[in-house]
Amino acid sequence: MTLTLALVQILNGLQFGLILFLIAAGLTLVFGVMDFINLAHGVQYMVGAYLVAAFTAMTGSFVAGLALALPAALIFGLVLEVLIFRHLYDRDHLDQVLATFGVIIFLNQAVKYVWGAAPLNVAIPDALSGAIEITDGMLYPVWRLVIIAVGLAVGLALYLVVNKTKLGMLVRAGASNAAMVSALGVNIRLLFTIVFGVGAMLAGFAGAMVAPILSVEPGMGDNVLILAFVVIVIGGIGSIRGAFIAALLIGLVDTLGRFFAPTLLKLLLDPSAASQTGRAIAPMLIYILMAAVLFFRPSGLFPSKQ
Amino acid sequence: MNNLVDLDAHASPALATPRRANRAYLLPLIVFAIFALVPLSVLWGSQSFILALVTRIMILALAAMSLDLLIGYGAMISFGHAAYVGLGAYSVAILASHGITDGFIQLAVALSVSLIFAFFTGAISLRTKGVYFIMITLAFGQMLFFLGTSLAAYGGDDGLTLASRSMFFGSKFMKNDVAMYYVAFGVLLGAYLLLRAIVASRFGRVLRGIRENPVRMEAIGFAPYRYQLTAYVIAGMIAGVSGFLLANQTEFVSPAYTAWQRSGDLIFVLVLGGLGSLHGAIIGAAVFSLLADILSHYTENWALIFGPILILVVLYARGGITGLFGSKS
Repeated sequence: MTLTLALVQILNGLQFGLILFLIAAGLTLVFGVMDFINLAHGVQYMVGAYLVAAFTAMTGSFVAGLALALPAALIFGLVLEVLIFRHLYDRDHLDQVLATFGVIIFLNQAVKYVWGAAPLNVAIPDALSGAIEITDGMLYPVWRLVIIAVGLAVGLALYLVVNKTKLGMLVRAGASNAAMVSALGVNIRLLFTIVFGVGAMLAGFAGAMVAPILSVEPGMGDNVLILAFVVIVIGGIGSIRGAFIAALLIGLVDTLGRFFAPTLLKLLLDPSAASQTGRAIAPMLIYILMAAVLFFRPSGLFPSKQ
Repeated sequence: MNNLVDLDAHASPALATPRRANRAYLLPLIVFAIFALVPLSVLWGSQSFILALVTRIMILALAAMSLDLLIGYGAMISFGHAAYVGLGAYSVAILASHGITDGFIQLAVALSVSLIFAFFTGAISLRTKGVYFIMITLAFGQMLFFLGTSLAAYGGDDGLTLASRSMFFGSKFMKNDVAMYYVAFGVLLGAYLLLRAIVASRFGRVLRGIRENPVRMEAIGFAPYRYQLTAYVIAGMIAGVSGFLLANQTEFVSPAYTAWQRSGDLIFVLVLGGLGSLHGAIIGAAVFSLLADILSHYTENWALIFGPILILVVLYARGGITGLFGSKS
């Protein structure tokens, strides 16, 4: 019984980690290539969820909603880039943090203004709404498995693009030395616009995928943003591989920590104290993990800058 | 040491010439004079909400001013400074919920907890540079936020209401809003003078030297790490005091005090007022709070106006408000 529960928790952790990866992938590349710190990446996730909610309600089908939401999220990201972010590349990190913080304040309120403060629900497509039996008597929702599969597929596709194509080579080169790539005659601004657009769309995609299992509400991107930052800092800024490994690590540690910390502490403390301390410690685990990684490797696990 | 003196003159032109020096003292003098006289407005029949609003402004200013020591003078962009406000506030609330309402004990606990947290997280954070430093301070702030939400015994997510404000010498004089106001005023003035002295001291000059060029400072024999960590701890403790005041003023604490958005607000306040001047933080806090207050009277969607203002300030008003007075290059 405990083993089956553990399996469910591991699957949940994987699913959470892969969602984090979809968000962190764009963030780490934008960060790596342009040295641009974009706090507004989390609202892109929120906007993706809202767009899929709106388009699904409009068309009556999640698949059609998703097909419309993805290009919309891409366009939305590019509009933000042209209107605001483009003016911040040459600024220092403090200016970037503040201006993108302003974008968050504005968009969280704008979403509330347009769709209301109450959470929206999105229905899972009928064909994928069931649950399958993974071990005897233990049901697991199909949609979560779909998220895992899609996350792994996107991870593989990104790996192939970044490591096997010319575009990917430029992105990697840009992440390790953008000025040199530019000096070699590559249009780094165009490269960045592409990276930024794809990153924004992936974050929107992550939001769209979780929209059926989480409530779609204003500010939903804020906490995810912090987790995505933890991921890219642990993984090493600019590294897709680092982001992937760190995302899975964070997803698993967070999910399993919440589940096992109270249980493990029962070995040391009396049950009520154990569950209290366990609940208090569990959410802190990933930050402790991050502090530990940075203590030993101040530039993350896979630093891409020389 | 000659190098340092040069650097000092370069870093703060405000004190370089006598005329400008006057100006540099004039602005803070005006600011504190206004704060000292605000309670008199009660004589003209103003409501108590003005007193509460300005008390909150001074508490916010205290936290932002301590952050100025880090960002403005040390180029350490901490994105988790609200954590210390939370530590100070929770020190009051948790002790009070156990019946310990003596202000000195609460203050001592608030200061020690801030000191310990700043020392350990600072020691780890300062090993990193640039963006990593921003992120790791952010992460430590979030760590406290989640700790606060899981403290079920102390209200968890919902926070905790204080039974009464702190007592000093067995007296409950802080119950009076005017007394509370002047306590906040006195602390702000004290912290301002303390930070002024720190910034002007040898320690402060070394800190500014590190801001300008850490490699050169190391070459002439100063280990940046120790100076930065000391500044980090001092700033954390002052922010802890602002948390102590905030809990007393609102008679309520909640994990929301330590949310990363509050840390963002503190940086906004600081940049709005002007970095590296100390009184800029006070002016920024006043403008920030008044703007939020006034806008929220007109529309519940005040954030729709607030966000773009923030973006515009960053893009077009880089020196902040004090920059408009010409007291900073």
